[in-house]
Amino acid sequence: MTESVYVTGLGVAASTGLGVEKYWDATLEGRGGISQLTRFDASAYPARLAGQILDFEAREHIPSRLLPQTDVSTRLALAAADWALTDAKVDPTALTDYDMGVVTSNASGGFEFTHREFKKLWSQGSQYVSVYESFAWFYAVNTGQISIRHGMRGPSSALVAEQAGGLDAVGHARRTIRRGTPLVVTGGVDSAFDPWGWLAHLSSGHVSDATDPHRAYLPFDAEARGYVPGEGGAMLVLEQAEAARARGTHHVYGEIAGYASTFDPPPGSSRPPGLRRAAELAIADAGLRATDIDVVFADAVGIPELDRAEADAIAAIFGPRGVPVTAPKTLTGRLFSGGGPLDLVAALLSIRDGVIPATAGTADVPDDYQLDLVRGAPRGAPVSTALVLGRGRWGFNSAVVVTAVPG
Amino acid sequence: MSTMTIDDLRAILVSCAGEEENVDLRADISDVTFEELGYDSLALMETAARIEQDFGVRLPDDVVVELKTPRALLDVVNGGLVEAK
Repeated sequence: MTESVYVTGLGVAASTGLGVEKYWDATLEGRGGISQLTRFDASAYPARLAGQILDFEAREHIPSRLLPQTDVSTRLALAAADWALTDAKVDPTALTDYDMGVVTSNASGGFEFTHREFKKLWSQGSQYVSVYESFAWFYAVNTGQISIRHGMRGPSSALVAEQAGGLDAVGHARRTIRRGTPLVVTGGVDSAFDPWGWLAHLSSGHVSDATDPHRAYLPFDAEARGYVPGEGGAMLVLEQAEAARARGTHHVYGEIAGYASTFDPPPGSSRPPGLRRAAELAIADAGLRATDIDVVFADAVGIPELDRAEADAIAAIFGPRGVPVTAPKTLTGRLFSGGGPLDLVAALLSIRDGVIPATAGTADVPDDYQLDLVRGAPRGAPVSTALVLGRGRWGFNSAVVVTAVPG
Repeated sequence: MSTMTIDDLRAILVSCAGEEENVDLRADISDVTFEELGYDSLALMETAARIEQDFGVRLPDDVVVELKTPRALLDVVNGGLVEAK
């Protein structure tokens, strides 16, 4: 079945803004959300910058009953899902429970909550560990809590593929709808800013140790030296086109037209990385050609070898400087499961507003990347089709194509 | 502590599991079921763990899930406190 799947609602929680319009305004104005880590004393660590959400008061957004049992990542996910449903003007109580599903991605689970419980375990004893740790830690908890809160009993799942996972969730949400569930809440949110979570971030070897927030995360720059981790992400409401029309849907942001994912070959293999193939398959899945793509939202890790591999894949598909490329994620930090969904939000708003946000920070792009990277200021341009890329550590590559919906 | 009161229990329930928006915990809830108050079995297990820490009375899981109301729970806890003397 290849029925059209529309995006009818968006919810964003990012260091640059709580809510879609705040996020988008900051993105177009180049206002960043990278700051010194304040969640714990990070002075002794080699990297101390992160995309922290500083203005989220959980009490204002989450019912009191859910506070003792949720990690910060789940609280952000619940808030974003609520905002997306409100944006889509969906009243879950008015719809059949088995006709609504939840498909989210997660890369780190409930780190901060779990770290606190481990501390109690080792310093006080097992009887002091919260019973809620039984689910607050694990990857499916955001799907579970969103599902329970809104009474969504349809097919639901959770996918884990680091930075590629959020795109996989959206792809699987589309598949779920095509299999017969009219509405699916999808996306991803991650947060791991406690001492243990921070060490896990640093263990990748890819976190930037720069100290200037504006020059720390420079994807495709000659001086690229890693990324800055962020917290947050985005939730999207996806619906069967027919169901959306029948519901008298308020607005449609676009269509999830194409999706594909691939794995890299094992280390030492002579075969190339899988990103190019994922992109080509997603474009083909959308029934389109490379020339139809108006903009690419890049994975943009900010590690030179990985930037070059991505630039090579893009040049191979689109030709040298063959398509505008951008990475608004330098303002929010790298969001792991939230990254792909938030890039999809940016892509859909680019379509809505006819403007491509710039890649803040990056200044000096090597010529041999053959990249048309949008820098400095947003570029006004009609956008009706966008390609979003995501690579997850340990070999995941995913791509989604979104298109405008006429009328 | 000689006895655990309904106020003690209220404070522990809210601390462990929050409170439902449409429920007035300050009313006389002694004979309202935990289910009606919005507290599931996990909330009760968490509450029991806290009662053990604060009052020294152990409530095994299979006992806790059978206590349907605040009155029933307080009776068991205070019975346990009497025994401990």
